[in-house]
Parts: sequence; C-alpha cells; structure tokens
Amino acid sequence: MRPEAVEAMLPFMTDVFANPSGSHRFARQARKSIDEARDVFAEAIGCKPGEIVFTGCGTESDNTAITGVIRRSPGVAVCSATEHHAVLHCVEHANGVVVRTNHLGTIDLEALQAVLSPDVVSVSVMAVNNETGAITDLAAVSKIVRRYAPQAILHTDAVQAACWIDLRTIWPLVDTMALSAHKFGGPKGVGILVVREGKYFEPIVLGGGQERDRRSGTHNVGGIVAAAEALRMTDVERSSEVARISALRDQLFAGLLAIEGAHRTIPAEDSVPGVVHVCLQGIESESLLYLLDEADVCASAASACASGAMEPSHVLAAMGLSSDLTIGALRLSLGHTTTEGDVDRAIEAITDAVVRIRAVQNRRSL
Amino acid sequence: MKVLVAMSGGVDSSVAAALLLEQGHEVVGVTMRLWGGDSDTGCCSVSDVDDARRVAQQLGIDHLVFNFTEDFHRNVVEPYINDHAIGITPNPCIECNRHLKFDRLHERGIVLGFDAVATGHHARVVNEDGIWRLIRGHDMAKDQSYVVHMMDQHQLSRTLFPVGEMTKTVVREHATRLGMRTANKPDSQDVCFITSAKDEDGRSGRVSFIGRRIPLNPAVVVDESGNELGSVESVELVTLGQRRGVAGGGGTKRFVVDIDVPGRKVVVGPESLLMVDHEVVENVIWSHEPYVGPARVQCSAHGEPRSAVLSVDDAGRVVATWTEPQRRISPGQSAVFYDADDRYVLGGGLVTRSVQMSTQ
Repeated sequence: MRPEAVEAMLPFMTDVFANPSGSHRFARQARKSIDEARDVFAEAIGCKPGEIVFTGCGTESDNTAITGVIRRSPGVAVCSATEHHAVLHCVEHANGVVVRTNHLGTIDLEALQAVLSPDVVSVSVMAVNNETGAITDLAAVSKIVRRYAPQAILHTDAVQAACWIDLRTIWPLVDTMALSAHKFGGPKGVGILVVREGKYFEPIVLGGGQERDRRSGTHNVGGIVAAAEALRMTDVERSSEVARISALRDQLFAGLLAIEGAHRTIPAEDSVPGVVHVCLQGIESESLLYLLDEADVCASAASACASGAMEPSHVLAAMGLSSDLTIGALRLSLGHTTTEGDVDRAIEAITDAVVRIRAVQNRRSL
Repeated sequence: MKVLVAMSGGVDSSVAAALLLEQGHEVVGVTMRLWGGDSDTGCCSVSDVDDARRVAQQLGIDHLVFNFTEDFHRNVVEPYINDHAIGITPNPCIECNRHLKFDRLHERGIVLGFDAVATGHHARVVNEDGIWRLIRGHDMAKDQSYVVHMMDQHQLSRTLFPVGEMTKTVVREHATRLGMRTANKPDSQDVCFITSAKDEDGRSGRVSFIGRRIPLNPAVVVDESGNELGSVESVELVTLGQRRGVAGGGGTKRFVVDIDVPGRKVVVGPESLLMVDHEVVENVIWSHEPYVGPARVQCSAHGEPRSAVLSVDDAGRVVATWTEPQRRISPGQSAVFYDADDRYVLGGGLVTRSVQMSTQ
C-alpha cells in the first residue's frame, strides 16, 4: 500500500469507528469521509460522484455489472476469451458468448461484431489484460457495440488499467467500469463499480440499501478513504510513473530476452509498462517460480486454483501460443516501489534459474 | 539433506514431514494436484490440500502445490479407462506411483536442488552393502512395498519413507502428540479420482466414472460348456476371478474364468479352472538386477505372498512357476517379487492377458 493510503486509513481503525449509515454525530463524520472519497474518485475518473458504487472487491464489481444487468434485462452476455475469471465465469454461467481474441489476446473486433445483435444486453471487454498487460482498443470496441448492440451495457474491467492509463479516457467509452483498490496502492477488500447515470442493474448484494440501493452492506469506511487517497496519488503521479516504469520495463525485457528461448508475449506499444510477460521455451513455470522465490524474486505464471496449484493460462491458450511456450509463462509486475536495482536482481535470478534448470534437463536427456 | 516431502493431507505424510524435521533435514512439503474433477477421497481434494498446508504451517516448513493434472490424466486416468475397455483391471495407484510420485516428482526434486523425495508410504529403503533395498514396512498390516515396487537403484537412492519403521498406531500417536489436525483422519482406501457417491442413475462411483467415458456393454454369462446362465450389465467391468454378480444359480461356487469383451461373453466355472502352475510377467523393473530362483510373489496390495521359482522364457519375459497351483492373476494387476525370506522387493511387473494358460 502507498504510505499515504495507510495513513489515511488509520483513524478509521480507532477514533472514527462509527457506521456511516447511522444518524449520530460520529456516523455523520464517517459519512462525510465517504462522501469526500467519492468526490476524489469522481475527479480521477471523470464521472459524477453519484456514479460511484463502492463494493467489496473488483470481482464483485464485475459480477454486479454482468449478472446484475442480465437479471434486470434478460438477454445474451458477451465477453472476450481472455477476460479475468471474474468476468469470464459470469458470462459462462449465464450461457453467454465468449468471443475469440487476436494474437495479442485482445478481442477480435470482427468476431465481436458478428455476435452482436439486439438480443445482447451485456458486453464486457477488459481495458488491460491482467496476465499479459495487453491494452484493448476500447474506442474501437465501443464504436462497434454502440452500432450493432445499441441497447447493450458495455462494461470494462479496468482493474489493471488504473496505474497506467488515465481513467478519464476510458470512462466516456463505456457504461460501467470495475476497479480494485489494491491494484493502485490501496487496501485489499475495496472495489469500485462506476455506473453511468441512467443505466440500471439488479443489485446482487441485498440488505440495508446502502449505495443508493445498488450495493447493500456496511461501508468499509477506512478502506474506501484509503482507496481514494491511493487513486488520487496514482492520478497525480501517473504520467511521470509511466515514463519511469517504461524505462525499467525496457531494461527488464532487454535482460530477459538475452536468455535463449525467451519470447516476449506482447510488444511494448500494445501493453502497459507495469507488466512484463515472457515465455521461456521448455522451462516449467512451477520450477522457475520456486527457484526465483528462493532467490527472493516473487513472480507468477498464471492464476492459481482453489488448491493453490497454478492453472494453465486461458489467456495464452486463447492467443494460440503452443504448449511448449505456455508452460514457461513468467509474469513480473513493476510498480511505484520498483527500482533499477530490483530489475537487475530479477534479471540475474531468472537467468541463473533458467541455466540451472536447463543443466539438469540436459544431464537427464543424455 | 534437502528433502521434498509429498504431503497428501493424510496422517502418514504429515508425520513423515515431522520426522524428517526432527532428524535435522531441510524439509519442504509439496502436494501434487493430480485430478481436476470431482473427488472425495485420496489426495486431490481442496480440503486435503488445506490439511497438508496447515500441517506444513504448523511444522514451520514451506508448502508448495504442483499441478500435475495433465501427467496424471495421460499416465493414470486414460490408461485406466482404456484398460477397462479391453477387459483389463488396472491398479491406478501403482501407475500413479510409477509415473507421478517416483518419476515426475523425483525429476522436479532434482531440478529444484533437492537431495531426496520422501512420502508417507509404509515401506523402508535401506542400503545394504552398497545395494539399495526396498524392504517391507515394519507394520506388516500396512505394508505398502507392493505399490511402490517399481523403483530402480537410482530412484531408491533418492527416496525416504520416514514412517516405514513405525506401526500405524505409533504414527497416529506421534501425530496426536504433535497436535496435528490429521491425527485421526481415516485412511484413504479408494481410487482418488472416483467419488463414492452414486450418480443420478444410481450407479456406483466407479461404474459412473467409466460409463461416462466409454460405452459399457451387456454380456451373456455362460458356463464352461457354453450353457447360458444369465447376463451382466457391463462386460468391461468384470474382473477375472470375480464371483459376485456373475455366479448364477446352483450350488457350486462359480468364478469368472474368461472374459471376451468383443464377443460380449463372460465364462464362469469352478475354481479349478482358474488354477495355473505359472504366471508370465511383463515389463518387469528390477530393484537391483535381474533375478532367477526361489522367490515370494505378491499379486495384490494386501495379498498373501506365494512361493514360486522365477525364470526367464525365450522371449525374455519373467515366468513365476508356483510351488503350489494358484489362481490366475487378473490381467492388469502387478506381480511383485520378494526375496525367498519375503523381506525385500526384487522387482515386479504387469500380468497381461495374452500369456494366461490354464493347467486344465
């Protein structure tokens, strides 16, 4: 978490403990903090404060945007094959249509157009892919959806975008947008769903009617305040951070691509600077991640299942990459705390681990 | 030593990890995720992984989960289905040990710089005069040397069975003393990827599992003279030597003595028709080196070892000639050879259908 966000959160753990839905003075104090946080979000997103709905996580925001829309207006849900499971599983659960992607893992626009019809009520296309960092051309998506399914609610999972892309450029293109606080330096357990005025859905969490009956449940006041502070800082620093992290990203790629059999998954111009994704031919990610962990480099390959085992990436499969490459998927993230020294250490650790794994493989194949 | 201990979430592997730590080894726990579908027993369910992780946390060791579902499907589940389709009854636990625990996991351990892989099996690995011996577990009632028989010298040299010197009772006492959540967990008995629940058609887990993957065909049951006695629902699920469900009426005990899957026919007869004086065993893996001479031969996980003399036929296959005639071994089962004193494993292989020969 950003230190400013931690600091902003602390009073709500002790002095300002009231439930903002109450009517006494402490409740009003908490309520004021939430209202102010909502203003901060609206400013950073370029939306109206009333369009912000606080939820419990990015997954809940995605679920609400898709399941809630289908419940309100029954019809077909559509998404791309490389969406986060928070979207993909909702669309699959509703027997919706999963659209193929291109070699970059972003939605195939022709295929999208082909499935759109007046029956489609929900279209979800992520702004930035969580595994590869690939950026979707949301302007093109929006144009097609508005033309061929004008009644559909266009949703974007922008969870991975907040640090790297000005949200004010995304919001005008869509009807609903999901964010998650811990992706921009806020706490875990705070999600945001932005819902355009005049667009409606059935709430999926029912109860006391908080958030204008759109999401019931007592507000996580400290979390929301901290999330607002984190997004404010992110918004202020974004352009300088994008430049700084882009240079680090280029340095990291240069080091990794010097490894024999390393393939860059997404070109720089098509991805955000905070995600470095490579496939190391013939290297099993599970082995690599263990050796990196030993060397104090924490990385990931794809998402993990309930047991904690790595699942084969549905994103890389949708991109049509061969299994020889996908078994060696490696995803590194860079963020506001990353330094040049971190990048050098990561390159060294990954190179050493690959050399070690290949040495054992070569010995065994003799 | 740096030891990778396979933790299934059961009491044996929990105690194995604890013992290795007590012995001063550097220990990392790993649970293999093997099966992606429904499961309620064995080592693949999320709650078993939770148990393994919580025990590892309690011991203060790292716990990893390796996803070997593809290897498991290719080497265990697919052959299990394919064997049933041709009337062979395989032992998936042995194939899992052969391909997953003592191959894939061993290989992974080497890549990650571990000196040995440990499991919670009740068996012992001892170096006797420079030869690695796989010895029966101290608790004869729980001995699992049969299901881990397929290891060669290299694999044995990198394998530890920490609970092999203990009885199951002592293992549980140890777990209780350490306050382990797995101390009183029941032993897993069944095939880990098959649930015990009946399906919507009232079929057992095994019938349902196989029936969803291959067509199951009814067959006529005849006696040795070809007289029709009745029928069975699925010829693919009949096992040589089986009595239940195929005996028909009458006073004499009848056993399955032949299965003709393409002909949809099951032949039953008296026990005498099952008796043979030898058995041919293929794909034999020797623990140390090929052996001919007197031996004890075990043909199921908890079967009684029988006396035999091992020899090699012209085709290079191992022939176990019984001291006393024995019932035929069902094709697909493993025959494991022990030394004449029935102490350690010499080797073992698979009984195949083509080589059955009746003495009658």
